[in-house]
Amino acid sequence: MNPDFIQTMILTFQVAGITTIILLVLGIPLSYWLAYTRNRGKAVVETLVSMPLVLPPTVLGFYLLVFFSPVNPVGGWLDSWFNLRLVFSFEGVIVGSVLFSLPFMIHPLQSGFAAIPPNLREAAATLGISRVKTLFTILLPNMKPGILAGCVLSFAHTVGEFGVVLMVGGNIPGETRMASIAIYDRVEALDYSTAHQYAFVLFAITFATLLLVYIVNRRFARMELA
Amino acid sequence: MIEIAVSKRLHTAEGPMDLLFNGIIGKGEFITLFGPSGAGKTTLLRMVAGLTLPDAGAIVVNGQAWFDSTRRINLSPRQRSIGMVFQDYALFPNLTVAENIGIALPKEKRSTIVSELLEVAGLQELAGRKPDKLSGGQRQRVALARALALKPAILLLDEPLSALDLQMRLKLQDELLYLHQRYQPTTLLVSHDLSEVFRLSRRVFVLDRGEVTRSGSPTEVFSQSKISNKFRFNGEVVHIKPSGVVYIVHVLVGQDVVQVIASEQERASLTVGKRVLIASKAFNPLIMTLEE
Repeated sequence: MNPDFIQTMILTFQVAGITTIILLVLGIPLSYWLAYTRNRGKAVVETLVSMPLVLPPTVLGFYLLVFFSPVNPVGGWLDSWFNLRLVFSFEGVIVGSVLFSLPFMIHPLQSGFAAIPPNLREAAATLGISRVKTLFTILLPNMKPGILAGCVLSFAHTVGEFGVVLMVGGNIPGETRMASIAIYDRVEALDYSTAHQYAFVLFAITFATLLLVYIVNRRFARMELA
Repeated sequence: MIEIAVSKRLHTAEGPMDLLFNGIIGKGEFITLFGPSGAGKTTLLRMVAGLTLPDAGAIVVNGQAWFDSTRRINLSPRQRSIGMVFQDYALFPNLTVAENIGIALPKEKRSTIVSELLEVAGLQELAGRKPDKLSGGQRQRVALARALALKPAILLLDEPLSALDLQMRLKLQDELLYLHQRYQPTTLLVSHDLSEVFRLSRRVFVLDRGEVTRSGSPTEVFSQSKISNKFRFNGEVVHIKPSGVVYIVHVLVGQDVVQVIASEQERASLTVGKRVLIASKAFNPLIMTLEE
């Protein structure tokens, strides 16, 4: 098989895997806060989290590009202090993907937290169990379907994203060229057979992951009924 | 000793209602809060637990202020020494019976306390089961054992037996009495079941629309009003059939159909579906034990 193809597919799954892990770590505290807070700022945060669902990816990509450009104060500061350049780089693609897939992680987790009967948290509190211990021993183990759905959707959505990556990352082989961009690139070059190779693999993987989620969730549902 | 003096405005379906409670509970006492639903019993229990914030007042337990509106003290439930049994038990579904009971205990004491409680509550066989594989009565025992594990200053029971059938309720009332004698926790029980109040508690507070209307021993409190020297039951006529010169009227009382004889004259005012009162003076009814 074409080494370019393999390189691009590996990069795509690296980006998706790292993005999913970062989203899970960020998503648990954020969705916990969203599910249980009575703060008035909640609506604003919820709106921001959901924006990527409706915002054209190119808008987000454009602002990230401007914001992280080394000529901009923030981009310049990151560049000079951490030697971190977030435009046209692997790291930049990760940051863009995390922001763009945020709702796909937050929404299932937030519904998972909200679906846990409130008296379980109250019972934990009356037993003097700390909030952190409650989270890890009681809340998270009782919302496994939500965690799974969040991870799979974030992963699949990152694999399939196009606009943000193109704007922030460009099309650098082995650095920022993900499968969805490679398809576009190959079609422009009239190389339909390689384009089809990418397209078919993405189609098959997306189908398989979503099928897995539905099967596993059905098993969870049956276990709870039993 | 637990001193409670709290007030809170509640917003109920029938408009605002002020919940007021003043009471002192001695160490090891078993107190019931009795009253119709919506009287504020559960809210009061939740205020003691720290799950609901009173508007004003104080809750002082063994000299320590758990809540004091004037001194701006409000301990979180985690800081209060309480054991609470929720109406639907709130067992952690992902943990086994033994894990549920031992979850809050420090590691070094866990196994001894858990095995003692498992034995006392008769749950040894079920130690490794998850709550969804337990019957209602078993869940109730686990919830009680879990609440007792930390030897709390006060045990709060929110209608813990209301979801069980009569036989199981009687059995668990006995077990509750036994556990209370054994561990002597100061106990506050919410109940709307009179027989439970009589069997379990020495002292009862009757709450109605947010206020304590009466308090004292169950016999003192209920001897005038609720318990009369007559039998009186409300029922519904389900069938009337003539039998010679009289009529036999079948009346549904609770779950049972009773037959009552009525004269021609009495029968005239009765129709199927009519609500009726059956009463009998104290000197003529028979009393027999029920087969269990």
